Order: sequence, then structure tokens, then C-alpha cells
Amino acid sequence: MIELKAVSKLYRQGHVNEIAAVRDADLTIEAGKVTVLKGPSGSGKTTLLTIIGCLARPTSGRVRLDGDLLSGLPEKFLAEIRRKTFGFAFQRFNLVAGLTAFENIMLPAYPLAPRYADLKARVHELAETFGVSHRLDLKVDDLSGGEMQRVAVARALINDPRVIIADEPTANLDSERAEQFLGIVATLKARGKTVLMTSHDPRIWSAGVVDRVVEMADGRIVGAS
Amino acid sequence: MSDWFARQRYLIDYAAASLWRRKAKNLGLWAIFVGLIFILGSVILFGSAIRREAGHVLAGSPDVVAQAMRMGRHDFALTSDIDKLKSLRGADRIEGRLWGYLYDTSTAANYTLQVPSAYAPDYALAKGEAIVGEGVARLRKLTEGRYLFLVSPASKFLKLKITKILPPGSALASSDLVLVSPEDFRAFFELAHDQFTDIAMRVRNPNEVNTIAGKGALALKHYRFITRSSMQRTYEALFSWREGLLLAMLVGAMLAFAILAFDKASGLSAQERREIGILKAIGWETSDVIRMKLWEAGLISLTAFLAGMALAYAHVFVMSAPLIEAVLKGWSTLYPRFQLAPHVDALQVATLAFLTVVPYVAAVLAPIWRTASADPDSVMR
Repeated sequence: MIELKAVSKLYRQGHVNEIAAVRDADLTIEAGKVTVLKGPSGSGKTTLLTIIGCLARPTSGRVRLDGDLLSGLPEKFLAEIRRKTFGFAFQRFNLVAGLTAFENIMLPAYPLAPRYADLKARVHELAETFGVSHRLDLKVDDLSGGEMQRVAVARALINDPRVIIADEPTANLDSERAEQFLGIVATLKARGKTVLMTSHDPRIWSAGVVDRVVEMADGRIVGAS
Repeated sequence: MSDWFARQRYLIDYAAASLWRRKAKNLGLWAIFVGLIFILGSVILFGSAIRREAGHVLAGSPDVVAQAMRMGRHDFALTSDIDKLKSLRGADRIEGRLWGYLYDTSTAANYTLQVPSAYAPDYALAKGEAIVGEGVARLRKLTEGRYLFLVSPASKFLKLKITKILPPGSALASSDLVLVSPEDFRAFFELAHDQFTDIAMRVRNPNEVNTIAGKGALALKHYRFITRSSMQRTYEALFSWREGLLLAMLVGAMLAFAILAFDKASGLSAQERREIGILKAIGWETSDVIRMKLWEAGLISLTAFLAGMALAYAHVFVMSAPLIEAVLKGWSTLYPRFQLAPHVDALQVATLAFLTVVPYVAAVLAPIWRTASADPDSVMR
């Protein structure tokens, strides 16, 4: 379970152009559920996601993971939590250009230094699950948008994390690919993973696989259903 | 420990792939790095090898040489002075030496004419015979059995039959050498029978060299006594000065490289910054990113250093350093043609590595550190 208590995030703090991206956010995300943060651009969804995923620190407030305080941990521990607990699928996929799909999927596992044969088998298993096994040897630059997204999801799962974080996962996808993505989310949920997404796509909020929708506006949580 | 190695292997894999992805930039940088190491390495290898060569040459020279001085200039040594030195205890093989220079107008080159030592029977010559160095033979197209004709400054003519050509291995000291008999030498330079160019001595106990030279100086006050070690120092200074001159000329190139390397290595492109953000976001630690970049910089600088040094080694010891020999060997018409014996001064090579590899790696490290220690949230946007 992830708990946020009075979390705020200020950018350019103390300057005239200070921006409060998130203000006094209180939120509890249940394990094994699919939660969506919705709201217009600039509402603070992505910032909240980065704080939950330990990609940024809150300016104030507390973030707890299964009761353990995350905010305030040194960077080394945050990196370990990112590596072991969270899997990220970014809006623009953030695959490393020039590397193959195979190499991209392996990347999060490098610091854990698993046996190469085990890692290779795991990559093939994930690629099979997400239907990209025939594209593994291609450079990611040569993949279609849908393929890139599936590679990004496979990469997010390579270390078998408990929580999957996806930022605007369907922003670049047509209806068919969006449906495919929701199918992937259903698979993850069935495997007991916690999924947290941001989206302003109605196809996502209204999907049956989604357990909870948290609404944000102007950096505040304004509702949940 | 095996985990550590496995982790490094993954980081090296990524570093190698990363280098390959930016091959145009990295190959250019690598080539410039290799070029710089090649030139600097050539100068250093040549300098240390030629100093060693000079040391070998001097190893066969007399322990002490005494030169007569008059008005601060070199004067002839006399037989009577040689006799005075013969009374010094501890010194032996005291002999007057005959040698001098001849400018040969036909080839516009200076030769060194010398009479072989009486203690070197292999080089004993009869009147009308000569042994010449490799450079003289090359310039005058001489072979054994052919004749060498020399004209003295006083227009005296000397015809010499070549009995031997000195091997190129000794060319540093003998390239311009013409060995002749004492009779021919004296007749050619119109030298009186009791005059010599200088006096050579051997000292039986190496620890006594300076003492004997001091005693000799007391016996012959108008002579200066030069020990072999002081000659060695002079040679060292000469070649070090030439090496230093060349290195000074290369300072500009080194500076240009430093600026280029700093610019290329330290300037992270937007793509590289984004990549670091991605790696951090997916769970790499700051230290993983830095280690990976160190491997990158290490692979470039170490392979470039090794390639540059290998090329420099081949340039100096296989090809006889055609690019730098004119400056380092001297400016004579008769450049010695010889193969330097391979000799590498490990300390100098280590210094060169320290002055090139370390600054390069440091130039890479600073911006990476800044980028890698920032929060990776920017990649989410």
C-alpha cells in the first residue's frame, strides 16, 4: 500500500516564478488494484506520479510504501526502490534510441547483474507475453508506436516489480492499440500487480479493469471514485 | 565479488554499445587522441632510446680525456705531457689521440678523421688504408677495396684504400668517421710528430676516476680533464634539450587536444542527458551511470593510448622515426642511419599516460556527475 500525506511539490521554490505543481495531496493507493489519476494538462498528475515512483522528492509531506517512509531517503536507496518495486512505462516510452528492443528490455536488470541466460529467458518470456518477440532484434527506432509501448511495458516488468506506473499510456495510441493496452493492464492486475496510471483519456477511466479514478485540478486532489 | 564483476560486465556492454551508437563523434576523438599519443610517444621513446644508445657508445670511451688549453681554446697535447701522466698511479693505457674534422666541399659534409687506438688491434691500419663509417660510405658510394680521396684545407691530397666499413649499429658515433693511420693523419694535417689532439686514459678502479683526474689536473695545470660521466651528462643534456625543444613545439597541439577533448567529452548532448535520466528512472544508481561513463572514457582513452604507443613504437624502432629524426639526431648532412635498440622508459610512458588519460577521464566525469545526481523526474515530461 502507498500512502501520501500532505504532499506538496514546488518548482523554482523562492523565485518569482515559483510553481506549485502539487498541493497538500492526501492519497492511499491499494495494492493489487488499478488506479488512474485523471485531470487536465497542468493539473499535477505526472508530478504526483513522479513523487510516488521516487523519481522526484516532495517539497513537503510524506510518502510511505507499506508503512516505510520513502520521502527523505538518500538517492542510493531511492534508486534501489525504483529498481525493485516500481516499473515505469513513460508517455513517450523513453526507450534508449540506437539499442535493440531486446537490449532495452534488459536495461533495468543491469545493476542487479543476474545470470545472462536467466535474463535472456525472462526477456523472451515478456516479449512473448506482449507480442513483440519477432521484433526483439530490431532497433527501437524502427518499431511502430504500439510496439514501442509494448517494449516499454516489457522493460517495466523485467525486474518483476510490485507496482507498475504508466504516464499517459494511451496518449499516442489509436483505439485498437488502446484496447490492447487495457488488455495488458488486465493481465498485470491478474498477476497481482498494483497499477497506477495518469490519463485524460475517457477510454481509460471508463474501462472495467480500472478500480479507482482520482481526479486532480490545479495541483490538488479534487475527487475520487 | 562475482556480482561486482557481473555488474561491471553489464556496464561495459552498455558502454561499448553506447560508444558504437555515437561512433562518428567517438572515432574522431579517438583518432585525434591516437595521433597525439603517437607524436608525443615517438618523441619520448626516441629520446630515451637515443640517450641509452649514447650511454652505450660512451661505455667504450676512455675513463678520462685530457685536453690542453691555451687562452681558453683547445690546444695540442704533447708527448712530454703524456709522459708526465704516465707517472700517475692507478691510470693505465695512457695514449695521445689523433682526431680532427674535415669539411668536404664536394659533398658539403663534415667528416671526423681519427687514428684508431693502439689498444684496438682490430682497427689497426697501414699507411694508405682507411676504415669509414656508414654515413661516409653511403655519401661517397664506397665499398671495401675502393678508394677514398680527400683534400685537406691546405690542398693536400690523400688517397685511401677502404679496408672496412663500420656497421650501421654503431652509426650514432661513427656515421661520419674516417679512420686512418697515424702517418697519413700527421701528413694530411701537417702535424708535428710529438703533437696529439688530446690524451686518453683508463682508470683501473672506477671509484678513483675523479681522484686521478684531479691529480692529473695538478700535474698538468694547463689541461682540462673530462671524465666519462661528465661526457655522459653532456650527451644527456643535449638529447634532453632537443627532446624538450620538440615537446615545446608540440605544446600547441597538446593544448588544442585538451580543448577539443574537454569540449567533446564534457559537453553532454540533450540525447545523452535524456538517456542518463532514463537509466536513473528505471533503477540505475548514480554510481552505475558514472561507472558506465568511466568505462566509456576509459575504453576510448586507454585503447587510444595503447594504439598511439604501439604506432609510436613501430615508428621509432621499426621505421627509425622518419618524422622526428631530423630534429632529434642533429642537423648534420650525415644523419646517422641506424636502428635504435628498443628501449622503453616505463616512468616516462606512465607520465604520458597520466597527463593524457587522467585529464580526459576527469573531463568526462564532471558533467556526468552533475547530470547523474539530479532527480530523474525530468524524463517523465
